[in-house]
Amino acid sequence: MPDSSSTPAVENRFFDRPAETMATAELRQLQTARLRTLVERVAHVPFYREKFAADGISAAMIKSPDDLRRLPFTTKADLRENYPLGFLAVSRDAVIRYHGSSGTTGKPTFVAYTRADLDMWAGLCARFLVAGGLRPNHVCQIAFGYGLFTGGFGLHYGIEKVGAAIIPAAGGQTQRQLMLMEDLQTEVLICTPSYALHLAEVLQEGGIDRSKLALRYAHFGGEPWTDDMRQRIENDLQITCFNNYGLSEVIGPGVSGECAWRNGMHIQEDHFMVECLDPQTLEPVPDGEPGELVFTALTKQAFPLIRYRTRDIACIDRTPCPCGRTTARMSRVTGRTDDMLIIRGVNVFPSQVEEALLRVEGTEPHYLIEIDRPGTLDQVTVKVEVRSSDLSDQMSSMQKLRQRIAREIHAVTGINMTVHLVEPKSLERFTGKAKRVIDNRKL
Amino acid sequence: MTIPQLSLFLENKPGHLNAICRTLAEAQINIVTLSMADTDQFGILRLIISEWEKAQKVLVEKGFVVNVSNVVATEVEDRPGGMAEILDVLESNSINIEYMYAFTFRRGNSAVLVFRFDDTDKAVAALQAAGKNVIGQVELFEGID
Repeated sequence: MPDSSSTPAVENRFFDRPAETMATAELRQLQTARLRTLVERVAHVPFYREKFAADGISAAMIKSPDDLRRLPFTTKADLRENYPLGFLAVSRDAVIRYHGSSGTTGKPTFVAYTRADLDMWAGLCARFLVAGGLRPNHVCQIAFGYGLFTGGFGLHYGIEKVGAAIIPAAGGQTQRQLMLMEDLQTEVLICTPSYALHLAEVLQEGGIDRSKLALRYAHFGGEPWTDDMRQRIENDLQITCFNNYGLSEVIGPGVSGECAWRNGMHIQEDHFMVECLDPQTLEPVPDGEPGELVFTALTKQAFPLIRYRTRDIACIDRTPCPCGRTTARMSRVTGRTDDMLIIRGVNVFPSQVEEALLRVEGTEPHYLIEIDRPGTLDQVTVKVEVRSSDLSDQMSSMQKLRQRIAREIHAVTGINMTVHLVEPKSLERFTGKAKRVIDNRKL
Repeated sequence: MTIPQLSLFLENKPGHLNAICRTLAEAQINIVTLSMADTDQFGILRLIISEWEKAQKVLVEKGFVVNVSNVVATEVEDRPGGMAEILDVLESNSINIEYMYAFTFRRGNSAVLVFRFDDTDKAVAALQAAGKNVIGQVELFEGID
């Protein structure tokens, strides 16, 4: 189903109208100036210094936004190789916040923010929040995790910027969420779409009278979702839902978000240059065709990345939007170019599960990750083969083995997964690239 | 004075137990007694077999993972209180029973039970000191197959 809507879902308003409706020529000029400054600012970051030297790149050669294509890419692997803060472009004294996202191994990748970065970030979140109906008199409940994950704090400061009230409920404890919603008359819900579905289910089971709630809008991010899911949440919770997108490496939430027409997410192009590339050839794909999104953070001080390869697959739409914003829009994320999974809003790589198993077994085990969404929440089962040395005639030892594996997986990924012990050699063997994941969710 | 026991890991799937039994049947191996411990996901099958080394070999060849552990076979008088006397000995010596099951045959006036202890040597010594008949492998399988 296409992300499209012919009528506005809310009144069309702006947080920063001049920036959001800038004429294309003016935007290109601003991007050029900001890109040039960015090249200067990162010139002392060892990774870019070496690349720039090898390719003969200097700030002076940036004469239009199109010169972006002459600059090097940055990947998750580059971040890992420069762990923890090799990409920091300011002194550590200037940093006032760190966040992180899960890496392909047990260690996260860290990002950093100066005071100016946090202020800019809050403003970008305010843009999509206001576009999606947020007003200063609203009460917002944030049911995202607060922590290294950028979702909770990103939205928190965005809402503050707008001047609305925040209930920092944080993730989980569904009964408590519903109590807060009812007693404090929450109007705007901030969470992952799958958690909203779960809330709707518990609300119905708990026999809470919907008319006692004041819920009107929701802003969802943190995981991909479909229009089918949107319709279901809107029916079940009787609210209007907006999608937003971001990733910690670029800034967090606030990279893009829907306007009242909900026909794609407006990318904040005055701060982030976007490219949509064929992941094999790294050549641009035509607008409307799926490709890998690549972002350049033009204005970030502490942790500016050039041409960061997100591994997210989406389409770009540059046709005019009825809302008057002149920025390009991106479709919802329809896939990944790597094997990253998003489970209950948390990024998980199969290699993390493998790492957890290695801690238990001592050698590389065979395993299979199965993901289902039986009701509204993701459930993950990891099948692990029992080895001769692990087999015991005693049930308690086998149960302890299961628990130990589950504990290690939780320690590495932060996700509770059900561990199923299976017979040796019962999992399929692969001569080429192993298929370690069966995802039965309809995303 | 212990008896070798084979244990096998089994997923809860139709036909899995049968595959083990067929493997033993094809090799003309008789199961003397067995017990099954199970959870909702998997089970552990424990087998007492006279020709246990041959059984282990044919099962491993078929890809089963087989573990060998030592259990204790003890005669229990087949009368009220017979079992309690054995348990008294274990309790007074602070010996834990991991699990137990029974043989399908009788020896005279006694039943024969299989015990898995956390400390096998200590258990055997305590039972023998209390005059209980702990049966060795040769004695156990005499006249069975």
